[in-house]
Amino acid sequence: MDSIASHSLDFFDGESSENTKIVARSLTNRLLSGICITLSLLTMVPLISIIFLLLKKGLPLLGTAIFTELPPAAGMSGGGFGNAILGTLAMVGIGLAISAPAGILSAIYINEYSPTSRLSQAVRLVAKLLTGIPSIICGVFAFTVVVMTTGTFSAYAGSMALAVLMLPTILLTCEQALLGVQSAYREAAYGLGATRFQTIARVVLPDAFPAIMTGVMLAVARAAGETAPLIFTALFSQFWAKSLNEPTASLSVLIYNFSTVPFPHQIAMAWTASLVLVAFVTLANIAAQTIFSRKN
Amino acid sequence: MSAPEKDIISQSGYRPAPDFFKILCQTASILTVLMLGWIIYEIIESAWPAIQKFGLDFITTSAWVPNRERFGVLPFIVGTVASSLLAIMLAFPLGVSIAIFLSENFLSPSIRQTMRFVVEMLAAIPSVVYGLWGIFVIIPIVKAFGDWAVNSLGGFPLFSGPAYGNSLLTASVVLAIMILPTITAISRNALASVPKTLREGAYALGATRWEAIFSVILPTAAPGIVAATILGLGRAMGETMAVAMLIGNSSRLSWSVLSPSGTLAGLLANQFGEAQGLQVNSLMYAALILIAITLLVNLLGEAVLRHTQKKTAGIR
Amino acid sequence: MQISNEAPAKNTAEDRNPIGRPDFISVKDFNFFYGKKQALHEINMDIPERQVTALIGPSGCGKSTLLRNFNRMNELIDGVHHTGDIRILGKSIFDKGVEVISLRRSIGMVFQKSNPFPKSIYENVVFALRISGISKKSDLDECVERSLRGAALWNEVKDRLHESALGLSGGQMQRLCIARAIANRPKVLLMDEPCSALDPIATVKVEELIRELKQQFTIVIVTHNMQQATRCSDNTAFFYLGKLVEYADTQKIFSNPSEKQTEDYITGRFG
Repeated sequence: MDSIASHSLDFFDGESSENTKIVARSLTNRLLSGICITLSLLTMVPLISIIFLLLKKGLPLLGTAIFTELPPAAGMSGGGFGNAILGTLAMVGIGLAISAPAGILSAIYINEYSPTSRLSQAVRLVAKLLTGIPSIICGVFAFTVVVMTTGTFSAYAGSMALAVLMLPTILLTCEQALLGVQSAYREAAYGLGATRFQTIARVVLPDAFPAIMTGVMLAVARAAGETAPLIFTALFSQFWAKSLNEPTASLSVLIYNFSTVPFPHQIAMAWTASLVLVAFVTLANIAAQTIFSRKN
Repeated sequence: MSAPEKDIISQSGYRPAPDFFKILCQTASILTVLMLGWIIYEIIESAWPAIQKFGLDFITTSAWVPNRERFGVLPFIVGTVASSLLAIMLAFPLGVSIAIFLSENFLSPSIRQTMRFVVEMLAAIPSVVYGLWGIFVIIPIVKAFGDWAVNSLGGFPLFSGPAYGNSLLTASVVLAIMILPTITAISRNALASVPKTLREGAYALGATRWEAIFSVILPTAAPGIVAATILGLGRAMGETMAVAMLIGNSSRLSWSVLSPSGTLAGLLANQFGEAQGLQVNSLMYAALILIAITLLVNLLGEAVLRHTQKKTAGIR
Repeated sequence: MQISNEAPAKNTAEDRNPIGRPDFISVKDFNFFYGKKQALHEINMDIPERQVTALIGPSGCGKSTLLRNFNRMNELIDGVHHTGDIRILGKSIFDKGVEVISLRRSIGMVFQKSNPFPKSIYENVVFALRISGISKKSDLDECVERSLRGAALWNEVKDRLHESALGLSGGQMQRLCIARAIANRPKVLLMDEPCSALDPIATVKVEELIRELKQQFTIVIVTHNMQQATRCSDNTAFFYLGKLVEYADTQKIFSNPSEKQTEDYITGRFG
């Protein structure tokens, strides 16, 4: 190691060949940064295009009639999609009423009661796999279990499909929410002589509540926008639903049905329905984020 | 606080009540686990007549003629795989770029925040809205591109004409936008988990930003990015509505990306509402194949992701 | 410790390199800010060539901040700025014409936590050469052997150069990082608490290496360990609350400090 430092150094006494190399490297660096920034900003184009078209094509028909009237028959004008909004709300609501208790209770079991048991590991794996299952499979399942058994398309079938869809989202976000509760709180509660149930009900759940709500809102946002699970379970209806056991309209299926017809008025209505749906989904997402950030 | 003073520690005579809440939670867990089995069981049961009748020919033949009761899903399997792979090829460079953009400090934090918001919004837009948007925006663009491509590149089988608006390419372009958030989010996590010390080490040796990214940061995050891509592929394969609205739903096999094609999910969406008899069983069989493919892809993705997390934990 | 045959291992902390330039690195009226918070106040000091200069002081006193200014690593943090100047061989490192990547090539740095890349030992050492476009096998091989010998690691790893660097022990990893830093043939070597994560035996090895390396390099070392400063440095600068309190010959600082704060710190009354 006689001459480690004897070599000339670019910072101290720059050789010209060395300098051109460094200039070239800096240029390459800037070029790559430019490409990366351009590609990233390119992503904004579709979003801006979607939002622009939603407003441009969806706003003209937006009025109170949209929320109170029934869809127009083919080729007719006027009308609204009150029944579809109601149908979406009802099916998401019933789906939530099934999946939220199941998801939250399962999450409590795998996080509070026996985190390492075989059952808990199985629950985690199944939840992960269920999130990966295409949403249309939830529809196929509800079709076999409800439609084929009862012999009719119905809001029940749609709700069932949405419940299966929401379950893993609620379960996994709820598990994260419970993981976020400091174990010191639990120990403090046990130290004061609380039972397991008291600890969970009085200490853990209140602390995790905002994060659990975030998960629930995310699941609602996702379910409200889904079409595939409803398309052959709830099907569609031109009329106000008289019961939950008959074909039921939903916003997303309305968009699907109206987007492929040759009538401009129906297509305009599909855009308005899209605007309403995106607004609802965005609000649900923002609500989820706000609840979450308020906690932190 | 009016606890009786006499027994500080409850002893004889006190028996803890069974924890009903625990039993409730346990029941919910068991139901959750059974759910997946139940789904698969129901679908296999409904598909059984078709499985018995067609066997593996169902997968290898390409006739889908309901009124003659001839069913084969090869074109739809091919279409599912082809549209998803094409979508991944389009989404991968964009997704990784955005992930790098979000984890580096090129521009001010507020711009990065905006970018994050954009990606989250893309994830929130419903599939059916993408379909509607695709009909009005992407179909004309792809049609124009297709006409040009047939004229100038028509010699390649991939671009042989005639060019349709409802085509594999249209579906893939929209799919690429839809899976972008998945790829971005998981890649960003992988990049963020590269230890800061490695980045500093590269900079201290005189590396430029991109030399550090290419030689140290990306290789370290590579398994995570691979997992992101696989999970994005899984999402693309199961995506239904937008694809059903844009791909043309044809059961003809074609080499050209400009021709109509079909996917398994699109097939189910289109035909389930009006299907009868053996057609229902065949659609169930198709659903089973779709489950099998997506489960396989997702399991692979999760396995890579888990392996990655273990490995990066070792780097410190 | 046998480093290589041609290297006479006679130097200790006491015998200085006489020919060195006294103001090899020169810090002038240097102030440094993280956003609005001032981390360094009016620092003035000259660091002599081919000697070991230790920066000591309690946590948060600014010693690491100063060290990370010598190769402009602080620029990676958003919202920092400085006033004043740092010159190396009379040339400002903040000059517009100075490319930061060439500055960092000329100044090696070793970190508190050893940070070998998840690559082979060989690829770790030649990293700097590869990024500056050198790919001739013979050059790379020469560099690997020279650097690993320089870091007293050659004999331990010469048979497994192509195995992952993550399989080395903690002390070996840190010496690999030193090898990687000197592969660049820098003139200055910055060390940010290089031994704080090492066990006593590995620490002794690295300290011996530091005394060895000052034959070739101007070394600036940040340390929390007072014994380490006495064992291997020629000069010591004591920092407190972002100010340079005292800067002198190591022996003088530790035997007869002129400032009360310095005395309190080195005798362990605070910090």
